[in-house]
Amino acid sequence: MKRRPPEPVQVVKQRRDAALSALVQSVPYIGFLGITFERRGDELTSTLHYHDALIGNPTLPAIHGGATAAFLEVTAVITLQWFHLWPQFESGELELEGLSAGQMPRLPKTIDFTVDYLRSGLPRDAYARATVNRSGRRYASVHVAGWQDHKDKLFAQATGHFLMPQALVTER
Amino acid sequence: MEDKVAQARQFIEAIPHSKALGMQLREIGEGRAVIVMPYDKKLIGDPETGVIHGGAVSALMDTCCGAAVMCHPSLPNSTATIDLRIEYMRGATPGHAITTTATCHHMARNVAFVRAVAMDEASETPVATASGAFTVERAE
Repeated sequence: MKRRPPEPVQVVKQRRDAALSALVQSVPYIGFLGITFERRGDELTSTLHYHDALIGNPTLPAIHGGATAAFLEVTAVITLQWFHLWPQFESGELELEGLSAGQMPRLPKTIDFTVDYLRSGLPRDAYARATVNRSGRRYASVHVAGWQDHKDKLFAQATGHFLMPQALVTER
Repeated sequence: MEDKVAQARQFIEAIPHSKALGMQLREIGEGRAVIVMPYDKKLIGDPETGVIHGGAVSALMDTCCGAAVMCHPSLPNSTATIDLRIEYMRGATPGHAITTTATCHHMARNVAFVRAVAMDEASETPVATASGAFTVERAE
């Protein structure tokens, strides 16, 4: 039996980048905060691009704890959805590109989210990566680590629980 | 005392991120704060339903909890979030403002404990509840 040749690199990249960008662009709040995502294979890193409207304490100055919480939560939800949908857009079953807002697959819903503030957020870009610790049919548990200058010196971390969209579950 | 509360009010109203989210301080004093965040399309987290993103609710909760600490009768100089847990009961109703009330229910020397609840006019069920621990910086 003849093995199928691997897909050309451009085809793979184009499909994955288009899926990621469609996913991220469907959420207005992500644009409002100024968050972007970078992809290496299926690994995602998010960036919160600094702007003055993120400031919570002008005298320090420091990034608002709420902006940090939102950044970590966005990273958790997008990363969770990314891994959840990956098999479908890799198989070609789902094409996110060109889907309008109303046609996008439903996002996981946050059940709870706990943020641990380790140091004050400096007025510069911040980065985050989420780890999906458990992803069941209905519930998922996700950890997010956020850093600025040093990857090993987190400025905030968070754990959240999420309810997975139920449309894909056929049985009760 | 009055001056310090007025200062806290000024400080909260000047927070750039809170202003960017359209937050309006309604009440502040005695370790309790009420902040309203009107509905705005730029805050949407679920494009299909128009429900506000949880992150925006988090920012509202965090601001309100910080305000409750700042106006506690012991009048701290400044505060920062140590830990904040938010429970989302339901999506905020699209088109409705969210009103958050935070109470600083215990003030220790270095730590303040705060609870908050976020409501909209569409239902008696809270949109979300929060509990957190905050640092307390005091004048020497």
